[in-house]
Amino acid sequence: MKAYFQNIALAISTSLEGLKLTFKYLFEAREKRTPIGVEDENYFDQDKGIATLQYPFESLPVPDNARYKLHNEIDDCIVCDKCAKICPVNCIDIEPVRSAEVIGSTSDGTAKRLYAAKFDIDMAKCCFCGLCTTVCPTECLTMTKAYDFSEFDVKDHNYSFAEMSLVEIAQKQQEFNDFQAAKLAAAKPPKSDQPSGAEKPKVVKPKPQVKVKPAFKPKPMIRKKPTDDGDK
Amino acid sequence: MITFLIYLPFLLLFVVVAVYAERKISAFVQTRVGPIEVGPMGLFQTIADLLKMLQKEDIRPFAIDKFLFLVAPLIVFASIFTGFSVLPFTQGVAGSEITTGVFFLLGVISLDVLGILMAGWGSNNKFSVLGAMRAVAQIVSYEIPLGLSVLAVVMLCGTLDLQEISSYQGVANQTDSFFLGIPALDVGNIGGFLSWNIFQMPILVVAFVVFFISSLAEANRVPFDLPESESELIGGYHTEYSGFRWGLFMLSEYGMMLLVSFLAAILFFGSWQSPLPNIGFLELANWTNGPVWGVFWLFSKAMFFILLQMMVRWTYPRLRVDQLMTLSWKYLTPISILVLFIVGIWKLALI
Repeated sequence: MKAYFQNIALAISTSLEGLKLTFKYLFEAREKRTPIGVEDENYFDQDKGIATLQYPFESLPVPDNARYKLHNEIDDCIVCDKCAKICPVNCIDIEPVRSAEVIGSTSDGTAKRLYAAKFDIDMAKCCFCGLCTTVCPTECLTMTKAYDFSEFDVKDHNYSFAEMSLVEIAQKQQEFNDFQAAKLAAAKPPKSDQPSGAEKPKVVKPKPQVKVKPAFKPKPMIRKKPTDDGDK
Repeated sequence: MITFLIYLPFLLLFVVVAVYAERKISAFVQTRVGPIEVGPMGLFQTIADLLKMLQKEDIRPFAIDKFLFLVAPLIVFASIFTGFSVLPFTQGVAGSEITTGVFFLLGVISLDVLGILMAGWGSNNKFSVLGAMRAVAQIVSYEIPLGLSVLAVVMLCGTLDLQEISSYQGVANQTDSFFLGIPALDVGNIGGFLSWNIFQMPILVVAFVVFFISSLAEANRVPFDLPESESELIGGYHTEYSGFRWGLFMLSEYGMMLLVSFLAAILFFGSWQSPLPNIGFLELANWTNGPVWGVFWLFSKAMFFILLQMMVRWTYPRLRVDQLMTLSWKYLTPISILVLFIVGIWKLALI
């Protein structure tokens, strides 16, 4: 009998408590939470009001170290191919066109010796590890804050950063071939015909790799990474 | 005539607004925003839904009992809508002024059990039959505390006529009315909320709580929505319905909500009487009573109970079947009998 009345009392008190809670929420729904990120110091003070984030119209701020869509500032790119080599999923596709002389310099003063005929990043393959941005010597390859880049066709996720037209590529290629031919012609008299073909890459290729050192010096902390990669 | 000219259009309008209100309230309780896209503040969302629903195909499954299946929604809606016919509209205006108003109302709305059972059985679907059986068990059980709590009011007022019960609770009252049932506190000329049934006979607060709980069960509202329980029975007795027939079930559900809200306002909270009392030369009760004010007071009181019903829906979880029966038979029924007894004794002591 005692339990019977206790049940009634409990039912009434808990029901009222529940109604009180929902009415409180209904009353607090006049306010709206402002979209601030977790790093904002007021983040945990916002425990009232409508929590819905109406995404296309408003969005949470993206942290500075967020890793989203890749962007390559092609003017600063020296086409060193490091990013493509380190990429675990091979989403970066680079085709360089060699040049006879220095073709310009990046904003940090590094000399550019290669044209980027093709610099494609397939964001559909990207695993957002950010390794490519850490190895980039000129810091031209960065991860931006843009995360809303869905497409209807998966092929549209392949972003091309190279700015050269086909004519330009062919022209530059031709220029280099001409230069190479001239060089060969110049080198021919003292040497025999045979080794010229094998020598070609040897002469040219190591050059940019050795000489192309970024004017920008990475911090000592970060310096370890490139050496690790180099060991591999 | 009042019923057709006023309550039917009002019911249709109410369903549109109430579905929107229900969504908004549920959203605000859950710190969401609710519909916002269709029209300003999402106001036309329900209308869009209504248009969609009306365009839907009237699907009749192969194995149904055709007659029961097709007639059931009509019976459910007709029985609930008939309940509106005895409601008073305002001072001096009522639908059908029959002397057995409340009795008729309770009798006729309990017929919707028949329609629900027909719908569940006719659908030839396990979920529908389960839902229908639950509905019948639930509605029949809760009719008893509902009827007893209404009976307490009827005993106090000494009439079954809803219009007379209304006029009993205010300054227009011919007989004496006592605040808190104490003969020294005659509020016959003061009126206002002091002469509402719930203040004339304070024990009716308990009766009102019983009435409110049972009316939720009668209307198949959460937390007593076991017949529908979309999470376990996929809609229960109206699982197989679509289009306009489903709409009729929806309409009768909201109609039932509205009807019991009106009934609660009429029986316990002074019907179309103003809540403002006469204070000395400020004759607020006299100023704020009358046919036009009456409509306002009655409808706003009903809307308040609708809000309460919606808040209850978004607060409590659904009861289990055995809990449902326990609540009705072991708690509400004895309590309402006790209230009935106390009201009877009090009434006798007053006279």
